[in-house]
Amino acid sequence: MATSAISFVGIWTVIIAAGVFFYVLLDGFDLGIGVLHGLAPSNADRETMMRSVAPVWDGNETWLVFCGIALISAFPLAFAVIIPAVYFPILVMLVALVFRGVAFEFRFDDETHRAFWDRAFCFGSTVATFAQGVVLGAFIQGFRVTGRQFSGTSLDFLTPFSIMTGFALLFGYGLLGSGWLIIKTEGALQAWARRAGRICLIGVLAAIAIVSLWTPIIEPSIAARWFSFPNILFLWPVPLITCAVAVWEWRALGGGADAAPYAAAVLLFLLSYLGIAISLWPMIVPHQISIWDAAASPSTQSFLLVGTLFLLPVILMYSGWSYWVFRGKVRSDVGYH
Amino acid sequence: MALDALTLSRIQFAWVIGWHILLPAFTLGIASYIALLEGLHLGTGREVYLRVSNFWIRIFAVAFGMGVVTGVVMPFQFGTNWSRLSDTAGNVIGPLLAYEGIVAFFLEAAFLGVLLFGRKLVPRWAHFVAAVMVAFGTLLSSFWILATNSWMQTPAGYSLVDGRFYPENWLDIVFSPSFPYRLAHTVTGFYVTAAFVVLGVGAYTIRRGLFGQEGRVMVMTALTLLGVMVPLQIFLGDQHGLNTREYQPAKLAAIEARWETASPAPLTLFAIPDPAAETNRYPIEIPYLGSLILTHSLNGTVQGLKDFPADQRPPVAIVFFAFRVMVGIGFLMLGIVALGWLLYFRRRLFDTRWYIWACQFTIPLGFIAVLAGWTTTEEGRQPWTVYGLLRTADSVTPSLTAHDVMVSLLFYALAYLVIYPTGVLYLLRLVRKGPGKDAIAPPVEAGRAELPVARLPS
Repeated sequence: MATSAISFVGIWTVIIAAGVFFYVLLDGFDLGIGVLHGLAPSNADRETMMRSVAPVWDGNETWLVFCGIALISAFPLAFAVIIPAVYFPILVMLVALVFRGVAFEFRFDDETHRAFWDRAFCFGSTVATFAQGVVLGAFIQGFRVTGRQFSGTSLDFLTPFSIMTGFALLFGYGLLGSGWLIIKTEGALQAWARRAGRICLIGVLAAIAIVSLWTPIIEPSIAARWFSFPNILFLWPVPLITCAVAVWEWRALGGGADAAPYAAAVLLFLLSYLGIAISLWPMIVPHQISIWDAAASPSTQSFLLVGTLFLLPVILMYSGWSYWVFRGKVRSDVGYH
Repeated sequence: MALDALTLSRIQFAWVIGWHILLPAFTLGIASYIALLEGLHLGTGREVYLRVSNFWIRIFAVAFGMGVVTGVVMPFQFGTNWSRLSDTAGNVIGPLLAYEGIVAFFLEAAFLGVLLFGRKLVPRWAHFVAAVMVAFGTLLSSFWILATNSWMQTPAGYSLVDGRFYPENWLDIVFSPSFPYRLAHTVTGFYVTAAFVVLGVGAYTIRRGLFGQEGRVMVMTALTLLGVMVPLQIFLGDQHGLNTREYQPAKLAAIEARWETASPAPLTLFAIPDPAAETNRYPIEIPYLGSLILTHSLNGTVQGLKDFPADQRPPVAIVFFAFRVMVGIGFLMLGIVALGWLLYFRRRLFDTRWYIWACQFTIPLGFIAVLAGWTTTEEGRQPWTVYGLLRTADSVTPSLTAHDVMVSLLFYALAYLVIYPTGVLYLLRLVRKGPGKDAIAPPVEAGRAELPVARLPS
């Protein structure tokens, strides 16, 4: 019984970790385009930017719901501790996502108010991204936990660190968004996206550096994880590879293959994600509750696994196919609409 | 009633789910209606069914999109405001909630694109199959979400270890005692709601005179469906009531505002319940009828609220009046439908202008009945989230202050008060455009941006 329980926990950890990563990569670029939208050079460019995400953005967002419901099912205790601790950022994120969603839906049919809906889309994307970054920062810092409950206040999330990660994610999603734009556009807009991408990259690298220095200082367990012997022997390549990828990203943004900047951004996110995972493993509520202690009963995990293993591949294949069908450059005059 | 974190959290949940439920209440029925129209078109070859179907597909797309967007908010409520419920019952209700979501994505991923944009790209039968699958998918989603709700109303198949629920038998959990009744009653209610929207829009279309044929098809199909479903719904409601009497007698007592156990029990048509004095003011009662309806015998015993400790009784007045609103609308619907059929058999249905005029205003009826019914069952199961086992007061997130929830409630209030009127205006514009010829052009657009199938080589 014990062994089977552990194996389910492992599978669900992988599924949720992959789900969160998919969400960040996919909704990350369309949120990032929302963030960049307000800064774009012209109205025609803004139109092109909207069209570049029109066919895929809502599919991207479904991964957020997937992560939420997978967490409540597979790790209910983690859900019950983490979500209350980030009550306000979650609230702000949800309301911003709702606004952004309907703004997208209405803008295509409501030409008289299109500028208003576009601004709502941009504003909603920016606020939602910032809120997600704050959630990330609060998560890394950890929460006050007593027994099986979050025992802090609803304003605990608000720290200089979480504000910093909020801004960091704006740069991060901006980087993904400009990478996506470089793939989907050409000419002046693409050149603008490359410049915007470099600015975002500087922000991202600064954020990675700050987090890498700040977290070991405030949390001794993270310092021990990275710098103790023999861990350091295995872990030293992580920062080194990150530096290499950063250099690659900088050069890719300067010119060359259209897909390279997005690919390099994905790698940067993967490495950052890996870094956070190494720092916190195996705690699902950082520093407090492990994945095994938070896990639902084996019967619960297996009951949901049956359907997930059947339905998830279909959803994945369809998403992949939809990206394939909508491949190629978009222009503002001939689009999907 | 103090405005503490608990009360405000309940108001917030009622607010976000109350708005959300209006969309599935509509899209569930419309999905099946579209499948029916596609089937009629396939069977008879009449173009008018196609035009009506295309018209509703456009409206369905917008409503479904709003349903998804407002649905994203829902699962997070269990974490933000009801974290103790999530921890205590997550082992059991987590997967049920999750299946609802996964099934919804699956449906969206696999079939919605074909239905919305694939008319010219796939064979007719394939489009019909997609329509049927979308309808089936919405039903499956209801299945799982109502299984979740039913388990909380009438828990079964679980064990309690250290104060938390563990699954023992998934079949018993999914098919808890109230589930078949709740599923049948809710789904039929949703069908009736959508059919009254079709009736109202059809009547409006006829009155405008532009698309008379399409309008008549809408009115006739709606009246046909309603002729079956409204009586069926009254029967199902009665059956659901018997089930409630068995498993949630305190809820039934609140529905009837019955304080003393009685046999025979009268039916209280109207009263002002007074919980402090444990009695009813200004009651209007019909002898024997309460026993007859609730137990199907003239002398059946109906339990009163005084049989339950005061801290295990639901709020009486809300439940009592919400139930009467629901039932009142049910019988009003029956009258409207019966009148329609009477006029039809006298061959005067479409010439009776006042009837067609009046039908336009039946659109909100189903929605009000759904909200009233939902209020009845959710207020009626108080003060429990998991009936008889976990109190609502013990389900709320302990770290929340009244101030926190007041702020979040204001946010949600503002958001929905902007979004819903805008959405309704947008839908009204689609209705005003009508099922014209241009409606045949593939309905592109927007949040649900054109899906891949539309890009297939034709």
